[in-house]
Amino acid sequence: MKSGVAKVMQASERQQRYWRSNLHMTSILLAIWFVATFTVSWFARELQTLTILGFPLPFFMAAQGALLIYLLLVGFYAWRMGKLDEKYGVGEDA
Amino acid sequence: MSGQSQFASQLKRYYSLYTGGVIGFVVLLSILEQMGVPNQTLGYIFLGVTVSLYAGIGILSKTSDVSEYYVAGRRIPALFNGMATAADWMSAASFIGLAGTLYISGYDGLAFVMGWTGGYCLVALFLAPYLRKFGQYTVPDFLGARYGGDGPRMIGVFAAILCSFTYVIAQIYGLGLIVSRFTGLDFGVGVFVGLGSILFCSFLGGMRAVTWTQVSQYVILIVAYMIPVIWLSVKHTGNPVPQIAYGYVLEQVTAREKVLNDANTADGAREAEVRAILKQRQTDTEARLHALDAGGEDYLRAERSLLEANLSALRKRHAADTDIALAEQALNTFPKTVAAANNAWRAEVETDRLKSSPIAAHAEPYAGPDEETRDNKRKNFLALVFCLMVGTAALPHILMRFYTTTSVKEARLSVFWSLLFISLLYLTAPALAVLAKYDVYTLLVGSSFSELPSWVSAWASVDKALMNVSDINKDGIVQLAEVTIGGDLIVLATPEIAGLPYVVTALVAAGGLAAALSTADGLMLTIANALSHDVYYKMINPKAPTGRRLAISKGLLLVVAVCAAYVTSLKPGDILFMVGAAFSLAGSSFFPALVLGIFWKRANKIGAIAGMISGLSVCMIYMYITYPFFGVNAPLWWDINPISAGIFGIPVGFVGVILGSVLSRPPNAKVQALVDYVRYPNLARDEGRGIF
Repeated sequence: MKSGVAKVMQASERQQRYWRSNLHMTSILLAIWFVATFTVSWFARELQTLTILGFPLPFFMAAQGALLIYLLLVGFYAWRMGKLDEKYGVGEDA
Repeated sequence: MSGQSQFASQLKRYYSLYTGGVIGFVVLLSILEQMGVPNQTLGYIFLGVTVSLYAGIGILSKTSDVSEYYVAGRRIPALFNGMATAADWMSAASFIGLAGTLYISGYDGLAFVMGWTGGYCLVALFLAPYLRKFGQYTVPDFLGARYGGDGPRMIGVFAAILCSFTYVIAQIYGLGLIVSRFTGLDFGVGVFVGLGSILFCSFLGGMRAVTWTQVSQYVILIVAYMIPVIWLSVKHTGNPVPQIAYGYVLEQVTAREKVLNDANTADGAREAEVRAILKQRQTDTEARLHALDAGGEDYLRAERSLLEANLSALRKRHAADTDIALAEQALNTFPKTVAAANNAWRAEVETDRLKSSPIAAHAEPYAGPDEETRDNKRKNFLALVFCLMVGTAALPHILMRFYTTTSVKEARLSVFWSLLFISLLYLTAPALAVLAKYDVYTLLVGSSFSELPSWVSAWASVDKALMNVSDINKDGIVQLAEVTIGGDLIVLATPEIAGLPYVVTALVAAGGLAAALSTADGLMLTIANALSHDVYYKMINPKAPTGRRLAISKGLLLVVAVCAAYVTSLKPGDILFMVGAAFSLAGSSFFPALVLGIFWKRANKIGAIAGMISGLSVCMIYMYITYPFFGVNAPLWWDINPISAGIFGIPVGFVGVILGSVLSRPPNAKVQALVDYVRYPNLARDEGRGIF
């Protein structure tokens, strides 16, 4: 590692805003992930009477619903981060 | 960039052709089957062709370039990295074991489905893009650069080897089982055939070869998994999309469970009769256990001489051969020591207790007779999900794959593709479990012993542990409590349950083989790279020339393979536990240090060392004192099973990193700059300069 790099490597105000929006989005997505996984499973017995597509809701969530939500989360993150990269000028093609 | 997109479209063409080739090959073999080629030969052809295919790809991808060898030149398109990650990820346990686990435990088994997919959210949000930007070769590399000094790197190497080795043993074990089952070769020979093909792939071309074989293995494993399930779904529901169709089947299974548990119905009454017999048997064995406690050695000797007397009496009056054979077997399997008797009889009590109790409803979460059991199950379910998820986001062989994409953007996208390809199988496994259950509950139960479905008699003659039916109440009709099904049977027997030709069974075996091989490939490469790159090149001899580094890496690969084969041949422990253990170990050691290293600039070397050591130790200690294999049998903490030891290790790891960092000096400006470097895909200033 070159020691000279350190002096110039200070993120600008604009770049720090990029990092904050990233953190913001990450925490929202993480909250959705948590609810879809742990909150639903915690109340699984109570939710047992609800049905969806013939499945009891907790079974559906654990076998399919949560997986689809994970896919959406990861896909949305990739798409949205690409947008943020461009907006704040930190994208790789910039 | 246009070179890259040309490369991608070329790859798409190749792999489309390849997929067509695989399907054509299956069709060709089914024609051969029609012409009367025996099953054993078909099995050999399948095994031979697929294994030499993987080896061929390995030879074609040979390389002596460091970046090609360690990270496949960093030019794998997101889609293909997704497929390779999926194959790397889905092991023999996912392919063969998962549907069986779901069949046996119903809702509670879904912890594996959620845990093994949800972890990718953590990979996407916390690790993949940042590790890609960091852009070195291994996971300990990141620890070394971020925290400085050899300490964190060394602990990283140790942890990477520990969890990868535990995991690889489970893969090789699965490999040996599949090869020996489908070719009739000895287990040990099976292990070596499999290992040979792994070595061929990774030995010559490192990550580059492993990537391209994994993509082709993914195609085989997913085709092999889907065909029989789709067929079964059409058979039972008329709908070729099993993931949608099985909601309806699940309703019927649930209705059927109620009937079988209700002694007022005809079927339920017969079940109750069998259960009563089993209950009696359980009580008898319990009585013998008590007598053994009291009488010890003497009681055992007395029981043995009773059996001997019985056998000689039978012989003397020339009883039927079958009766004599049964008596001989009873004598031969009679436990020789008090300890052995204790274990064997306790196991019998447990099996009889399970089979004599009412069937648990498939879709009911945390079923149990009282509130305490249910609470306990819920706690362990959540703990397991948590450990599997965090472990997913910390297993080095998975994280390493995200070094191979062209850019940060592609790394993010490739997590999405990985999860999509993985989900294809994980959405199907619960459907398969329900469809198979429907078959057993409605078609097998109630059929007569003289006309068992052909797959039942076929598998029962192969392996009693996988499939066993015995007419306990002698009424000539199969009751559910008379059927014993081993979890692994579900996937292996699906083609026959669905009434498909033998070729599809061979295809499923090839799929299982592909799953085990692809995971083992990735794991062995991780171990060899940690030793050659992190230990030898970074710590022992940083001036080593490229040729020597690669030679050492390849040599180590051989050593690792031989060690792994040797340990596997000792047949240690239970596979599912070993796999689970690897996740808890990885989560406790890597996750806190990696994530805080990216998201918290203040984290420093002391913190990383403290966090990794404390997390890993807590996890290992808990496993050691609670897992029966080690024989300590200490009481559980808050009733958490040893497989979820990470639930203690992971938080301790976080606390360790934080405390250690706060109590010592903040990292220097250079390290803080490195953190900024990984956080932004492109800080205008690092253009053309790079931090390394």
